Amino acid sequence: MIISLVFIIALCVISLLGDFISPYAHDLQETQNSLASPSFEHWMGTDELGRDLFSRLIYGTRVSMAVSLLTALSALFLGTCYGAISGYVGGRVDNWMMRGIDVLYAIPDLLLIILITVVIGRGITGIFLALSLVGWITVARLIRGEVLRLKENAYVEAARAFGATHLRILLRHILPNTIGVLIVTLTFRIPSAILAESTLSFIGLGLTPPAASWGTLANEGWKALKFYPHLILFPSLAIFITMLAFNFLGDGLRDVFDVNQEK
Amino acid sequence: MLVYFLRRILWAIPVLWLVATITFFIMHVVPGGPFDREKKLPPEIQANIEAKYHLDEPILIQYSLYLKGLLKGDLGPSYKYVGRTVNDVISDTLPVSIQLGLVALLIALIVGLITGITSGAFANTIWDRMSMFFATAGISIPSFVLGALLILIFSHYLKLLPPALWENARSVILPACALGLAPAAYIARLIRASILEEKHQDYVRTARAKGFSEMMILLRHVLKNAIAPVVTIIGPLTATLVTGSFVVEFIFSVPGMGQFFITAVTNRDYPLIMGVTLVYAALIVLANLLVDLLYPLIDPRIKLE
Repeated sequence: MIISLVFIIALCVISLLGDFISPYAHDLQETQNSLASPSFEHWMGTDELGRDLFSRLIYGTRVSMAVSLLTALSALFLGTCYGAISGYVGGRVDNWMMRGIDVLYAIPDLLLIILITVVIGRGITGIFLALSLVGWITVARLIRGEVLRLKENAYVEAARAFGATHLRILLRHILPNTIGVLIVTLTFRIPSAILAESTLSFIGLGLTPPAASWGTLANEGWKALKFYPHLILFPSLAIFITMLAFNFLGDGLRDVFDVNQEK
Repeated sequence: MLVYFLRRILWAIPVLWLVATITFFIMHVVPGGPFDREKKLPPEIQANIEAKYHLDEPILIQYSLYLKGLLKGDLGPSYKYVGRTVNDVISDTLPVSIQLGLVALLIALIVGLITGITSGAFANTIWDRMSMFFATAGISIPSFVLGALLILIFSHYLKLLPPALWENARSVILPACALGLAPAAYIARLIRASILEEKHQDYVRTARAKGFSEMMILLRHVLKNAIAPVVTIIGPLTATLVTGSFVVEFIFSVPGMGQFFITAVTNRDYPLIMGVTLVYAALIVLANLLVDLLYPLIDPRIKLE
């Protein structure tokens, strides 16, 4: 868990300071030195346009991390609002709101994301919006369950007896108690956002060049798999290790907060 | 009981209707269509094409035409594959996807159950740690990474298995492995958690007091109860397999529905996109229905609403 945390912090630093760390500009083309294998000058080799893969990977880190962090946060926000209202109001409203979620659940995540990007386009904003519009669904279910449980507590009744408004009860008394669930959920939303973004980009329905994320880099590497395996190896490793780190961190946090939420 | 079953089954109809409606309207707010070319078509031809596919009608008329077709089981014509209907494309590709999915499911169940049970039975030993590390790795590795890795190792370096295409039984192995690993990891984690929970139950203590061996308790008592929750993930599992199949079919050039879906999106073949979405939704609704129907039978403690 500690190792995961250190790795994730390192990734954040890399994304923020990318320009200072990367040995070459991410779009610098050395055409006479294309498709080079890893060497001292180019740690991870170069791609077919002679661009340094290490620098491109750092640039991709920034895109992948930004997209996944932002989508996880906005999905968390949307899901919390929906779930909190559904769970707090209860009764018929809750029933219909959950039916709505049932319908969305019938469409696989990735498919829904693809459908949305067909409409709003495939730039970074498009991907971000699509991922957020889909990611909240799981969060809403979790938060609803928590709120449903928490609102039966005596302190909620006490607050109501003191004349607190519904909004105040929800914001001041119920939601702060879901913080453990929220943190754990956030930790698990990030790797699923990374997975969704890189998968989309890999099958060619995500970010389009010149934007470079880990997924697009892996896609470029895929085309040259047979002869230049280093091109797909490094982006894949980056995705894999990052997801591993977030998943381990999430498992650890779940034990710390004692949250039970296996899918 | 019967009322509950009937209500669950009837609920599937509005869900599918809503999915059809949502995808229909999403597909029709998109500017531009499959017939946009770099070179503008002559207006008469454009008009002819639009008339043929009823694209010149108001959107509500198109919608009711589409729904009428759906009721008859007709998903409409494909825009891109001229002369073929969406039904044709789906009936060609769905069996391939289902074959792949079933083999992957089998792999997932075998690997997942073995890993999960080992982990749960020998909790907190080195076996448990290793199994759980592999399980976490399994859910962390995207299927395209795994697929590429499998192709590199087994096709390019060892030359044991074909890297792509769908010709004989050997071509199923790699894609099914790439597709089945993530679900296997989910199953393993679930089984382990479930076994650990059951181990604290009173009946385990009773069995222990009676002097049964740990192995006996595990096999005769704990497993029976611990496996029940696995049934509940059939629904999400189907969704995972569907999502995974896009990528895996793309990588291994498997002529399944997932690959046609990706092509349909790139070609903006809207009826095909809608049709495939609907088929996938039906599969998932069906899987969830199965869970709802099976679960009370497997675990009689579950109360029906």
